Amino acid sequence: MASENIATPSATTALRRGLVLPLLLLVAWEIGSHSGLVNPQFLPPLEKVAGVAWQEVANGELPHALAASLKRDLLGFALGAGVGILVGLLLGLSSIADRIFTTWFNGLKQIALLAWIPLISLWFGFDEAAKIVFIALAASIPVILNTVEGVRSTSTKLREVGEVFRFSGPQLVWSLYLPAATPSVLTGLHLGLIYAWLATIGAEYFMAAGPGIGGLIISGRERFEMALVMLGIVVVGLVGFAVDRSASWIEHRLVRWRQA
Amino acid sequence: MSRAAERAIRAETPNADQAAARGRLEVRGVSKAFTVNGAPIAALNDVSLTVRPGEFVALLGPSGCGKSTLLRLIAGLDRDYKGCIVQDGEAVTSTSLERGIVFQEPRLFPWATVRQNIALGLKNAPISEADKRAAVAAHIALVGLDGFAEAYPHQLSGGMAQRAAIARGLVNRPRLLLLDEPFGALDALTRARLQTELQRIWAHEKITMILVTHDVDEAVFLGDRVVVLAPRPGRISRIFDVPAARPRARSDDDLVRLRNEVLRTLEHDSAADPQLSPGSRRDA
Repeated sequence: MASENIATPSATTALRRGLVLPLLLLVAWEIGSHSGLVNPQFLPPLEKVAGVAWQEVANGELPHALAASLKRDLLGFALGAGVGILVGLLLGLSSIADRIFTTWFNGLKQIALLAWIPLISLWFGFDEAAKIVFIALAASIPVILNTVEGVRSTSTKLREVGEVFRFSGPQLVWSLYLPAATPSVLTGLHLGLIYAWLATIGAEYFMAAGPGIGGLIISGRERFEMALVMLGIVVVGLVGFAVDRSASWIEHRLVRWRQA
Repeated sequence: MSRAAERAIRAETPNADQAAARGRLEVRGVSKAFTVNGAPIAALNDVSLTVRPGEFVALLGPSGCGKSTLLRLIAGLDRDYKGCIVQDGEAVTSTSLERGIVFQEPRLFPWATVRQNIALGLKNAPISEADKRAAVAAHIALVGLDGFAEAYPHQLSGGMAQRAAIARGLVNRPRLLLLDEPFGALDALTRARLQTELQRIWAHEKITMILVTHDVDEAVFLGDRVVVLAPRPGRISRIFDVPAARPRARSDDDLVRLRNEVLRTLEHDSAADPQLSPGSRRDA
């Protein structure tokens, strides 16, 4: 309780300080596009971006695109997180699986994510399935790494308690390894959410079929509507920020037992 | 503890009288070596000891005498040794629900409440869920943690956490309870209070208990016998009977006399220890 009271004022101060730079940039943007210093075709004034935003919301394009992107993002994340936790548990718990797969996995994760797109689109086409597989792949990597780490760092002392009470394999996983790894798994899921959103936009750029925020930005570029491009970028940033914040909040709630 | 809680414990353990008749432990010719930097170091050398059902044995010795190692072997946590350990006619080959252990640290699961932690001891007990709940509640009362059932380990003091660990060790009614310096990390006042409580629980439950300690007063106060171990290699140096009647008072003249005698044995052992003798000290 006390720590929250101390944290609150400093958090607002931090927020106020954090807003200074973006506000200055917006002012510079506005001055730049109005004064003719910058070609307004490349940097449309803010009110124009706002106008496009209003128009896109009113005609339903933006909500439609946002819903499509979020759906894709969450489906891909759910798939990647589920597979990631299972693979992470397997690699963390089984020394045989660890010996067989870990080197292989460490090699694979060095490959830049975007490099998978040609392969995935050859295997799965340019449709929804390909995008979701790509997002799942992006989300699964941090989940796997952090789950393995969490399982491996389970204290030997607590493992002995499980041994004394004759825990079976499933009991060890459910009552010891998973709860012990929870903080680490949540960190992985948190990172996975961020990666999934980045991958969603990436997938929409490179496999541009169907509605989505990425598609909206691409079509803005094709029609040379900078205001639409700007709007898309702002929405991507806001969603990313919201995803990160909600993940932190959930993480904090779920590992309350950790607070000393 | 309330009468109702006592009844709940009794109802929970219809075989309490049988348990009293069992819990016999035999340690025969046990030797154990650790490998340090490639060289074997003898931790225990030919230790033999028989513990009677319902007896309270204190294993006493300075650090490095192998007393905790011996306890881990008895628990079945370490199976790499020579010799043989038998409980109630069955060789110890792994851990067993017949042998409970309370470690030096509470080792509670930090994500689970006191109630859930104590219930861990019953996870594989062949009784109904309702009986498990009753047994857990009764043991929370037994160790005096009423009102803290839903508390998390980080909310407990060291003494309370160790009480929860004792309840967890007792809750599935092992025939033998092993205690590895359970009060070592506690302040003197809490330690004395928990020793008195342990004595009460032992008298009430009639479970065989083996307590590892380096505290002479604790060993003499709680033990029916005090087994003094000497270090390098760990071996039994002398066994003292503690005939004092129970419940005991710490100031009892016989206990104090015995305590001094045990202390003399410990001092004599350390004088004979090549690593601690004056000659080697001068070298160091």
